[in-house]
Amino acid sequence: MSTEARKPPPQIALKIRRIMGGKAGWNGVAVQFAFAAILGWIGYEIVSNARANLENQHIAAGFGFLRNNAGFDVNQTLISYTGSDTFLRVFVVGLLNTLVVSVVGIFFATVIGFIVALCRLSPNWLLSRVGEIYVEVIRNLPLLFQILFWYLAVLAALPNPRQSISLFGIAFISNRGLVVPSPVGQGGLEPFLAVLALGIVASLALRFYARRALFQRGQVIRIWPSVLALLFGLPLATMLVFGLPFTFELPQLRGFNFAGGSRIIPEFVALTVALSTYTAAFIAEIVRAGILSVHKGQMEAGSSLGLSRGATLRLIVVPQAMRVIVPPLTNQYLNLTKNSSLAVAIGYPDLVSVFAGTSLSQTGQAIEIIAMTMGVYLLISLLTSAIMSVYGWRVSRSLGA
Amino acid sequence: MKRVPLALTLALAAGLTAQAADAQTLKTVKDRGMVSCGVSQGLPGFSSPDDKGNWTGIDVDVCRAIAGAIFNDPTKVKFVPLSAKDRFTALQSGEIDVLSRNTTWTISRDTSLGANFTGVTYYDGQGFMVKKSLKVNSALELNSASVCVQTGTTTEQNLADYFKANNMKYEVIAFATNDETVKAYEAGRCDVFTTDQSGLYANRLKLANPNDHMVLPEIISKEPLGPMVRHGDDQWFDIVKWTLFAMVTAEELGISSKNVDEKAKLENPELKRVLGSDGNFGEQLGLTKDWVVRIVKTVGNYGEVFDRNVGAGSPLAINRGVNNLWNKGGLQYAPPIR
Repeated sequence: MSTEARKPPPQIALKIRRIMGGKAGWNGVAVQFAFAAILGWIGYEIVSNARANLENQHIAAGFGFLRNNAGFDVNQTLISYTGSDTFLRVFVVGLLNTLVVSVVGIFFATVIGFIVALCRLSPNWLLSRVGEIYVEVIRNLPLLFQILFWYLAVLAALPNPRQSISLFGIAFISNRGLVVPSPVGQGGLEPFLAVLALGIVASLALRFYARRALFQRGQVIRIWPSVLALLFGLPLATMLVFGLPFTFELPQLRGFNFAGGSRIIPEFVALTVALSTYTAAFIAEIVRAGILSVHKGQMEAGSSLGLSRGATLRLIVVPQAMRVIVPPLTNQYLNLTKNSSLAVAIGYPDLVSVFAGTSLSQTGQAIEIIAMTMGVYLLISLLTSAIMSVYGWRVSRSLGA
Repeated sequence: MKRVPLALTLALAAGLTAQAADAQTLKTVKDRGMVSCGVSQGLPGFSSPDDKGNWTGIDVDVCRAIAGAIFNDPTKVKFVPLSAKDRFTALQSGEIDVLSRNTTWTISRDTSLGANFTGVTYYDGQGFMVKKSLKVNSALELNSASVCVQTGTTTEQNLADYFKANNMKYEVIAFATNDETVKAYEAGRCDVFTTDQSGLYANRLKLANPNDHMVLPEIISKEPLGPMVRHGDDQWFDIVKWTLFAMVTAEELGISSKNVDEKAKLENPELKRVLGSDGNFGEQLGLTKDWVVRIVKTVGNYGEVFDRNVGAGSPLAINRGVNNLWNKGGLQYAPPIR
């Protein structure tokens, strides 16, 4: 019915000019090319100069060392690793250790941060003071100091393995860490996992259906009994049919230490606690700022609809606050990941410790190793940023902003 | 020969200045008026600062002897404390002129770091320290133990080899600095602390109750500790190498800091050669004729240095053992000065 406006002819040349030269047009393009060429030349000089000098001084260069045997052991490895594996494997082991402490740290930092922010905003005088004290104390003390505090405090408080604290005889806490029974797969493992996966998928589908019903028809469907049945009932039933999916290997004190079971080393605990409590103090302030940025009329509107304070926060205020929260939150996530390199102070085998530390001094190839390490941190940071950008975009979109 | 149009950028980017390979360390040192010497961050007996900031130790005395030979003044040394993992980079980049930091001489370090060992100041070997309360008498009883070790050392690799060779399990906790390692051992994080045996005795003094800890008898490795210099400057290499030899030769000939002046007056041909009244060996090194006299006056002979820092005259009270002179059953041997 309506006639569409005729599109102007595409002006590709103009577009390119705009992109590359800005307002300055083709002159700008030339300047930019010259600038890029100079940068490239400087980069080339740096690399070739370094190479020439290394060769002059007979310092080994290149990445061939990655295939050599490392010859040292690492305390916490998520993949199998022995001293006779290569430096490349050390790199992966260190990277995984960095990632696991970052991910766990980010999770707890976010949870603690939100809780503290809500405490600070609470009308309850005591709660808000507690939140305030937490933030002011934690964020004003140096992180390295806090890591050492947690490490030495954790160690000092715990007994040696022979006097370890027993939790019902199956888990043990000592200054060697927390030892828990480790699962050992049995015959019933595969059907159990398959059914569990099926249950999760079915629950998600159900939730999707229920939400559609709610938004499109205003119909409220109670799904939690079915979800419970899918997630717990079905796997339990499979266990009855196929037998136990796994049994537990109990840790036993043998000689100096516990044999069997899985262990969480105190270095990991200290580092995670320090990183997440420290970052949480900053996240709390970011969340508080975000929530305060939402007009208080929204809160009042929620109350006038008869929603409780919690429901108002959850359904109305926080979703709007997220738009403000996400960008600085990303910064904190990146900080946490980068700060995890302080692990080296307490002997947690992260990337900086085992690769940029031990491997570097075993091989002496500082340039290659530092470059690889920096590249990895850059990659992790960019990935985190990307994920948070997508999340931020979704939040904005769902608010129609 | 070299490309240096962007030496500054390179220094920033790679920490490797082009000056590093120049055969001019002696001139640089003289111009600067100081020997820049890489030492440890505090290992009693080898290199540690006292409460006034004065450095003492065997490794420190090697640097003081070099300064004595060049400037006739033992204070002309700038000490740069380095962690185990930073030490080689500091040498490669030219930040220090000589690395005298209880560093084990191995083939990989000698060939791949662009640096050379000049000799052996102390023959050491890796050992283990445990709490007496563990009632362990041999390293072979350490199966499943937790071991604290300083990262970036040969110790870490020997440890892996030893436990593997003896089919024992262990848990390694590696720290960046010696002090952190000792602190974790003392806090009970590990059962065993391992490093060079001299280091075990030195670190035991730092513990609250040294007598609650014992050093196990096993020595699991050879750890010849010595100074390192950069590749490409043979003159400087010779100076550092012969400074150490001069100290050993002095002990061999009975020349000490107390009697060096009398000895110089004697009509003994060997003494005259060594102490510079005959021949010009010192000048050939780029030093002065009386270089040995200067060295001995600065720090004494090797025996004096050993006794004062780690031997009977020190709290460490380590036996001379293999570090005795070759003609007294040890390994310390210097080529003749002639």
